[in-house]
Amino acid sequence: MNTRLPKTVSPSRKAFLILNYLLMAVVCLSCVLPFVHLLALSLSSRSAAAAGKVTFLPVEFTLSSYEYALVKGDFLRSLGNSLVRTFLGTMLNLVLIVLTAYPLSKNRNQLLGRNLYMSFFVFTMLFNGGMIPTYLVVSRAGLKNTIWSLILPGALPVYNMIILMNFIRGLPEELQEAARMDGATEFQLLYKIMLPLLKPSLATVGLFCIVSHWNDWFSGIIYMSSRDKYPLATYLQTLLRSFESLMRQAGSNYSQLLSQINVRTGRAAQLFLAALPVMLIYPFLQKYFTSGLTLGSVKG
Amino acid sequence: MKKRFKREWQMHLMLLPGVLLVLVFSYIPLYGLVIAFQDYNPGRGFSSPWVGLSHFRYLFSQPNFVRTIWNSLYIAIFKILGGLLASVTFALLLNEIGNRFLKRLFQTLIYIPNFLSWVILAGVMTDLLAGDGLVNRLLESLGLGAVNFLGSPAVFPWTMILSDIWKGFGFGTVVYLAALTGIDPELYEAARIDGAGRMSQTRYVTLPMLAPTVILMLVLSLGNVMNAGFDQIFNLYSPVVYRTGDIIDTYVYRLGIAQAQYSVGTAVGLFKSVISLIMVTISYLLADKAANYRIF
Repeated sequence: MNTRLPKTVSPSRKAFLILNYLLMAVVCLSCVLPFVHLLALSLSSRSAAAAGKVTFLPVEFTLSSYEYALVKGDFLRSLGNSLVRTFLGTMLNLVLIVLTAYPLSKNRNQLLGRNLYMSFFVFTMLFNGGMIPTYLVVSRAGLKNTIWSLILPGALPVYNMIILMNFIRGLPEELQEAARMDGATEFQLLYKIMLPLLKPSLATVGLFCIVSHWNDWFSGIIYMSSRDKYPLATYLQTLLRSFESLMRQAGSNYSQLLSQINVRTGRAAQLFLAALPVMLIYPFLQKYFTSGLTLGSVKG
Repeated sequence: MKKRFKREWQMHLMLLPGVLLVLVFSYIPLYGLVIAFQDYNPGRGFSSPWVGLSHFRYLFSQPNFVRTIWNSLYIAIFKILGGLLASVTFALLLNEIGNRFLKRLFQTLIYIPNFLSWVILAGVMTDLLAGDGLVNRLLESLGLGAVNFLGSPAVFPWTMILSDIWKGFGFGTVVYLAALTGIDPELYEAARIDGAGRMSQTRYVTLPMLAPTVILMLVLSLGNVMNAGFDQIFNLYSPVVYRTGDIIDTYVYRLGIAQAQYSVGTAVGLFKSVISLIMVTISYLLADKAANYRIF
């Protein structure tokens, strides 16, 4: 605990601290070691992986699993799909979040029907049509097999919108009043005054959107009927179940590579590549994530 | 009124795209729930012939469906309670760490699994928990027998519960740690002057100060008692463990999407949504009463 420690540390306190550090270390290792194992596996040879020799260091080091992932095309193509989808989807999310959060940050005297609008949006968080009616609507709208089926249904993430709305409410009111006095329209006010102030909070909310687009695999499964339109997460999901049959399909072109990798190493390589971006950027962005997550619990 | 509109029309215009999208992709599907009471026919869409409650009657006569309710509740409740216990304990222990750098490092490391999708984690787990996977190799070298984590109906729900706690406790820890750092140091000072040792300080200062946050988090998770975790279970289960591991959402998927029984699938979804709505409403009322907490 904070404030000055007693000058002499009692033996029981010492024992507690040692045990505590040990426990922390064990728990943290349990969060890290699985990924170290994954990396080691992806860099090991087929025979070593099959014999169960790999723990945390590669055995019979080889890059064939990565070579296979990059040569075969499926991985890169779905990576491309994911990048496009994440970029487009996040942009659309942010535009809609800003356009919605700003008017809703007003009270009912400043915007007629504000509370009605709010209930309209919040209700969708509490109760929704669920998987099948949504699927039917998207299909009948003719969006199946287009990128829009991945982007439009969740284009306005209400939870994130509320987070931004709370950010806006935290800004001083005077700024807006001054601009309004000068005859600025609401659009000018939003664009010229609010947006620059909202940049850090938009970064937070934007990150949530990026992660959720990047991680979403389910829409791909239900809306895309051909593999070449799968985003990365969906492609990986199908890998979990059917890597063997995929490798068989790949045929003789890759037979040389295939002789060096097996289900485990090949899958490990692709999983690791997909996890890498999130694991790399995350520690640097952690402070944004935490500030955004705790913001939801601001008292209204 | 007219004057008001002149001033405010731009804000209504800003809301328009959002309203339209939500209308199409949330409210039309909401209306689409009527097919739970119809016999869905692709040609007629949401105005298919009415069949009343027959899908519900059929469902509740299916033992396969009824067991998914119990499985969902069982898995979800243990996830909520276990997650809470793990996060609070870990936050308390992490708070005792004096070294700033290590504290920060630990916090970062336990948070990693939280940001990876269940698809990736399921891949990692299938490998680690396989018969000849790392975990079983460890268990065997310790002289314990191998465990069939993903293929045994008795073990499978616990594999789900524990791995979900493992994925999520980093987030909870951060929330509780924030609450802990918010406790006034003078309270500890006063307790010390009164002769309280570390244990009594935790017992009489830390825990009571933490209680409102714990209650709030617990109440807010009430809405999740039917959400046993589709992403996780769908990617890890197999027909062998349906008996204990099949949950409402995976059942809806198999019935509704994979077998294209749209009406029956929707009926299951509607049943779940109604229960969830009731729980969410109760939890929000409780949160407002108990912790004076409002989101909107």
